[in-house]
Amino acid sequence: MLGKLSWDVIPFDQPLPMIASAVVALTILGVLAWVFLAGHFPYLWREWITSVDHKRIGVMYTLLALLMLLRGFSDAVMMRSQQALAFQAPGYLPPDHFNQVFSAHGTIMIFFGAMPFVIGLMNLVVPLQLGVRDVAFPTLNSVSLWLTATGALLVNISLVIGEFARTGWLPYPPLSETAYSPGVGVDYYLWAVQIAGVGTLLTGINFVTTILKMRAPGMSYLRMSMFCWTSLAASLLIVAAFPILTATLAMLTLDRYFGFHFFTNEAGGNMLMFVNLIWAWGHPEVYILVLPAFGIFSEVISTFSSKPLFGYRSMVAATLFICIVSFMVWLHHFFTMGAGADVNAAFGIATSIIAVGTGVKIYNWMFTMYGGRIRFATPMLWSLGFMVTFVIGGMTGVLLAVPPADFLLHNSLFLVAHFHNVIIGGVLFGAFAGYTYWFPKAFGFRLHEGWGKLAFWLTLIGFYATFVPLYAVGLLGMTRRMQHFDVPAWYPWVLVAGAGMIITTAGVVAQIIQLVVSIRQRAALRDSTGDPWDGRSLEWATPSPPPVFNFAALPHVEGEEPYWSIKQRAREQNRLRDEPEYEPIEMPRNSPTGFICAFFATVMGFALIWHIWWMVALGALGAFATFVVFAWRDKPEYVISAAEVARIDRANRSARREALATYTGPRP
Amino acid sequence: MTAMDVRERDPYRIHGGHGHALGGPAPIRIVVGYGFWIFLLSDIVMFSAFFAAYAVLAGKTAGGPSGAELFNLRNVAIETAALLLSSFTCGLAGLAVTARRSSWFYVAMTVTFVLGASFILLELREFVHMVASGAGPTRSAFLSAFFTLVGCHGLHVTAGLLWLLTMMAQIFAKGFRDDILRRFMCFSLFWHALDIIWVALFTVVYLLGASR
Repeated sequence: MLGKLSWDVIPFDQPLPMIASAVVALTILGVLAWVFLAGHFPYLWREWITSVDHKRIGVMYTLLALLMLLRGFSDAVMMRSQQALAFQAPGYLPPDHFNQVFSAHGTIMIFFGAMPFVIGLMNLVVPLQLGVRDVAFPTLNSVSLWLTATGALLVNISLVIGEFARTGWLPYPPLSETAYSPGVGVDYYLWAVQIAGVGTLLTGINFVTTILKMRAPGMSYLRMSMFCWTSLAASLLIVAAFPILTATLAMLTLDRYFGFHFFTNEAGGNMLMFVNLIWAWGHPEVYILVLPAFGIFSEVISTFSSKPLFGYRSMVAATLFICIVSFMVWLHHFFTMGAGADVNAAFGIATSIIAVGTGVKIYNWMFTMYGGRIRFATPMLWSLGFMVTFVIGGMTGVLLAVPPADFLLHNSLFLVAHFHNVIIGGVLFGAFAGYTYWFPKAFGFRLHEGWGKLAFWLTLIGFYATFVPLYAVGLLGMTRRMQHFDVPAWYPWVLVAGAGMIITTAGVVAQIIQLVVSIRQRAALRDSTGDPWDGRSLEWATPSPPPVFNFAALPHVEGEEPYWSIKQRAREQNRLRDEPEYEPIEMPRNSPTGFICAFFATVMGFALIWHIWWMVALGALGAFATFVVFAWRDKPEYVISAAEVARIDRANRSARREALATYTGPRP
Repeated sequence: MTAMDVRERDPYRIHGGHGHALGGPAPIRIVVGYGFWIFLLSDIVMFSAFFAAYAVLAGKTAGGPSGAELFNLRNVAIETAALLLSSFTCGLAGLAVTARRSSWFYVAMTVTFVLGASFILLELREFVHMVASGAGPTRSAFLSAFFTLVGCHGLHVTAGLLWLLTMMAQIFAKGFRDDILRRFMCFSLFWHALDIIWVALFTVVYLLGASR
């Protein structure tokens, strides 16, 4: 009846996961109880859960990302503290639990921390920058969000019911095959990532279509802002790479569920085929994460240097170059496979070449700042921290791209330090820069600068204090994923890394305090103009937060930096453009389709993990029924009257007029 | 030239479609079709991963039967004929939609369904026969890859059949409405794409497999 499910699967005998899950469960129940008792549920359902508005979907993605970053960070704290205590001692985490912790850390950080953060910012900003009213497929967008949330939920359910994978964030066979991982841990991984992966694929399709087919009049390709370009490149990579992940995980699933022989040790299976396939997805995935971050830095550095982006076209070319070459370097993740000197050399050279594209970008950012009037606001600090940190990470990457060196450093903490160097220094700093930069656009008030700067410095120092020792100890031969160790020479470095973790934790706390303080002081931090940073791209032409339709009339774009030219003309003539003729606007209706689909996906995923076959059928049937009901709707859109559009736009115009009247800066 | 003029003179924006975006966002029909093409491309990428796995494992029979011993080309030829013919009738259904002839639409779609369903039945019969003779997917890596690749295409056709029935019900309930027509356009793209994949599958798996 209930498959493999029974009371034994709840780890009552292990205090740590029980306490952790009790805290999480009580928090969730508390929030739910508060939502229902205080009567907030109808509002949440109407305005957020069923929303198909790209801005709200973006906010919810980002919220999911922030929560999951905290979860993944607590795993990181456990790992570093375990190793600090486990010199010639067992530490406090038994091996079985430690293995689950590092697997969950990687899985959560990549799939449910970094990805939703990047996709959330894309959702919030790309349609605004393109000067349009929504993405190409708004309801599909909501489906994507909730499928991603389903994946995150399944990973967190594994904390209480059953176990998580002990195989690392990429479940290499044969360890991940049933023979060596008979439990449900790998199954949790497979279904959580598979379901979230479908959501991500749909996002990719949605954004490729949006960026290529839905732009404001006159917004030609070479007038799009850099963030749109990098989002396009990342979306193209999603479309080309995520299906490989889907297929690869499906093959491992078939091996585990039905005894197929794709990656097994016997009957002709080929386990290194898994490694090749997963990295054929995995390396483009790195760029799916970091390209949008590059876009954010381009926006931030140009805005806060009060200059157009230097070398815009070379930036576009470098982005597309990285987009293509990212598919030609996957083998550098396993030079030790034994493909031979020629193959390794080819991939080593390709890996060194891909760094050229990033080098072009670094120089462009430096020349953008050169001669500019630089304002050191929090988003700019994150960008500067990125430029220094990422260059170091890039150089250790080029070092690892040399196959003979890689044979020594493979799977050492040097490697761990390298990829944290680029993912924290690149993706996470970018996401935080974007978060502080676009927060006022999403909510209508800025984040507190003081706490933001403190969070930046603590995170930056904490990062170096944690990972520089890991580079060193990696060179001394310490491999990754060690539950305990006996080498005295490593011990001081591991202790310093543990101390670095304390500083990073302080940075995380500062970031949380920043959010709380900003919400409490939102009146003082109010952004009344919609353009708090003197921005250059179209999102700053809308009020903060923008109305559901974004633009009362679609802007006509006449060059690069469309909003900057509009603003400069207004400053020149000391008046706004003429009021447009307001027309009624059709917008897509909200729909619970995404949420209901994800509900059935959760049921189905859980049932598949625990082999509850009737429940699988029920989930599949429910999902199909949801689609049919959605397909049967008669009125997909509603109309906002011209008078309402005029009322909202006139408020925006009067705020702009006031800003223009009090403007004291340089005039063109 | 205003956006309105452009749209009237060139409704599908063939001329403005090269990244100039003169007239602003493309019409919804273009957006939907374009998005669905991107989805089909992603589906083809997924199939290519299965094809790659099959290519790696094709010779790994682990002492079990090989393709040459298992494949019945006559059966596969009939399957191919049924599927290709079903694409033709799907095209006829498209013509019926353009002409707004609902009875012809139902006839063409029914024939498409029958052909598609016969394809699936023939494939199932082949699978059942293979499993019964001890050549199931657990026998060898070659057979694992074979059943997955061919079965994945079969699952797509099955999903297509379900979609086909839903599509007929939609035309019946809603008539030739714009959004239904867009959905039908996507369905026929999907159905034709399955043919393209089958042609590759027929060649790589059956023709090459039967010869070695």
